[in-house]
Amino acid sequence: MKHDKIEKNLGLLMLFTMVVISIGGLVEIVPLFHINDTIEKVEGVRPYTPLELRGRDIYQREGCYLCHSQMIRPFRDEALRYGHYSLAAESKYDHPFQWGSKRTGPDLARVGEKYSNEWQVQHLIAPRSVVPESIMPNYPWLMKNDLAFSDIADRLRALKKVGVPYSESKAEYEANVKEFGQDVAEMLDIQKAQENLIKQAQSGNYDGDANRITEMEAMVAYLQMLGTLVDFSQYDEGHFVQFR
Amino acid sequence: MAHSMAAKAEYNYDIIKKFAAMAMVWGVLGMFVGFYAASELAFPILNFDNQYITFGRLRPVHTTLVIFGFGGSALFATSYYIVQRTCQARLHGTGLANFTFWGWQISVAAGVITYMLGYTQAREYAEFEWPIDLLITVTWVIYLYVFVMTLRQRSQPHIYVANWFFIAFILATAILHVFNNLAVPVDMFGMKSYSLFSGVQDAMTQWWYGHNAVGFFLTAAFLGMMYYFVPKQAGRPVYSYRLSVIHFWALVFLYMWVGGHHLHWTALPDWTSTLAATFSIILLMPSWGGMINGIMTMSGAWDKLRTDPVMRFLIVSLSFYGMSTFEGPMMALKSVNALSHYTDWTIGHVHSGALGWVAMVSFGSFYHMVPKLYNTKMYSEKLIFTHFWLATIGIVLYITAMWTSGIGQGLILRAFDSYGNLAYTFVESVSYLHGPYITRAIGGFLFVTGAAIMAYNLYMTAKQGKREAAEAAAAAA
Repeated sequence: MKHDKIEKNLGLLMLFTMVVISIGGLVEIVPLFHINDTIEKVEGVRPYTPLELRGRDIYQREGCYLCHSQMIRPFRDEALRYGHYSLAAESKYDHPFQWGSKRTGPDLARVGEKYSNEWQVQHLIAPRSVVPESIMPNYPWLMKNDLAFSDIADRLRALKKVGVPYSESKAEYEANVKEFGQDVAEMLDIQKAQENLIKQAQSGNYDGDANRITEMEAMVAYLQMLGTLVDFSQYDEGHFVQFR
Repeated sequence: MAHSMAAKAEYNYDIIKKFAAMAMVWGVLGMFVGFYAASELAFPILNFDNQYITFGRLRPVHTTLVIFGFGGSALFATSYYIVQRTCQARLHGTGLANFTFWGWQISVAAGVITYMLGYTQAREYAEFEWPIDLLITVTWVIYLYVFVMTLRQRSQPHIYVANWFFIAFILATAILHVFNNLAVPVDMFGMKSYSLFSGVQDAMTQWWYGHNAVGFFLTAAFLGMMYYFVPKQAGRPVYSYRLSVIHFWALVFLYMWVGGHHLHWTALPDWTSTLAATFSIILLMPSWGGMINGIMTMSGAWDKLRTDPVMRFLIVSLSFYGMSTFEGPMMALKSVNALSHYTDWTIGHVHSGALGWVAMVSFGSFYHMVPKLYNTKMYSEKLIFTHFWLATIGIVLYITAMWTSGIGQGLILRAFDSYGNLAYTFVESVSYLHGPYITRAIGGFLFVTGAAIMAYNLYMTAKQGKREAAEAAAAAA
């Protein structure tokens, strides 16, 4: 067919354009939902607790992802600096993903438990007081602001709608006990979201202020769990290569 | 194309003037925010412990203002101009066209205000929360309708090549916008939402969107702009019709495959990122097809580069287009990407495209178009030359600074000592960035200064056009 025909027929031009621009996305994205090996089978990965989730919300609000990645690549320097390379499974409950695209600061995929709570709090309030060369902004308001969590159950419910296994019914709860164990299943119960958030804040006391639940509390709780869910010593070296 | 005065009077120039004015407002503001955010990275004290202006919140303000505020408004303005002139028909639906104006401006303004307040989807270049996404969707559908209905009234059977690119841009942007923004709100009266997809699928969807925001919003559409204003300003026909056909279809087909190159070496499966890399290399050809077609349109009129500052903007923009579409495929190679990814090299690459190509071709087009809208000449040719040099020197400083910081940081982070330990801590790489960050901020400052001079020049041109029209009307009466 001569191109002339397409140029003279707007409907044809639009139809052909639609077909041509659809192919790439269909071939590259749709199979990712259907190929089983895309996400590894791995022990330990669980949805966020209510407190961690609020921390993650604040992490997004402040635009942390614009300077910190959460995706360790399989290189020797990254292994030495950050730890085992990131698995797809480790972000399977991340709506949205926070892999990032730029490291003005270091990767945070395995920052959890690397520093004390006190260090994290101090570093967030005044980064240059602990790392003089840092160019990170100060975040003093995280300590000043009380954490808003009255809508925490709504947040879990919204995440449940997109496929995160927070439980509402007895059956869903039982399924979580089977999948994640009793302790985690408790934490994923939407009915108990507020209670669980308060309990974790009080027992963890991440911000060092036992009398209040601040935004800092949630932020540090989130940072301290990053990358800690999978116990890599359980797997042979090279086990995860088969999934790449 | 000869136009009778009657035909000219029928065109809807009012909508174009409004979009052009807002493009300049958002452009100067967005570039200034970029300059400020860049300065924050050089001197973190500039964050002033103020939550509304920290780098993390200003960065999406900057990208949204320049891509959607400046770039988007410039595209609305020029596409409405081009579709009317090439079809010799008035823009369909004055009220609907006005709706696209207000819908777009409100979306941009609401976006940047809500980012500063902390509402974001945390998806790069798609940070708008769901209520704004809905407004954008409605605006976009009406844009498509207005554009298509105007094309249907064209005076000749052929659809001009610039309009193919605009059609592809409008359709692709619609698809990308809808699929990348699928999300479930926490509650119907709040801004917060969670994305429908998670992890690896979410990452692929986002970068399928992200790279095609570049491919269609910032490339195909601006090629449409190029295909009208370069031949017009050069006074020559498009160099090769056949080349335009081939590179159009190749470009719109290939772009949609390459987003995965933003995810090399991540948890995205290897097959996907390998496909993306392969298509990225092939994409070099249609990209250069467009560049060659634009630059060769000048053949026989090269002397204009000496005398015509508008032509300089257009040719320099095509040169930067060629350079960044060579750099892009190179960075999409996995081995190069291992070094370049996560560093400022990416930022430099984006800006050689965004400042060098997108902004420069828009500047050139506006210098051609705005005097025509007001039926006058540019207020000052000298100021156009000044703008040209400020912009060009600004870009060169910007890009070289980012090559220095990006490649440098990449090398620092992968350096080992003779015992096989890491040679540097992360923060040593941060200290290294200080010098390049200052240079980059200076480059950005020169660029925004040039844009401000342009805004003044265009404002004075509009004023002059109105005065001349009033004088002519008075003389006629």
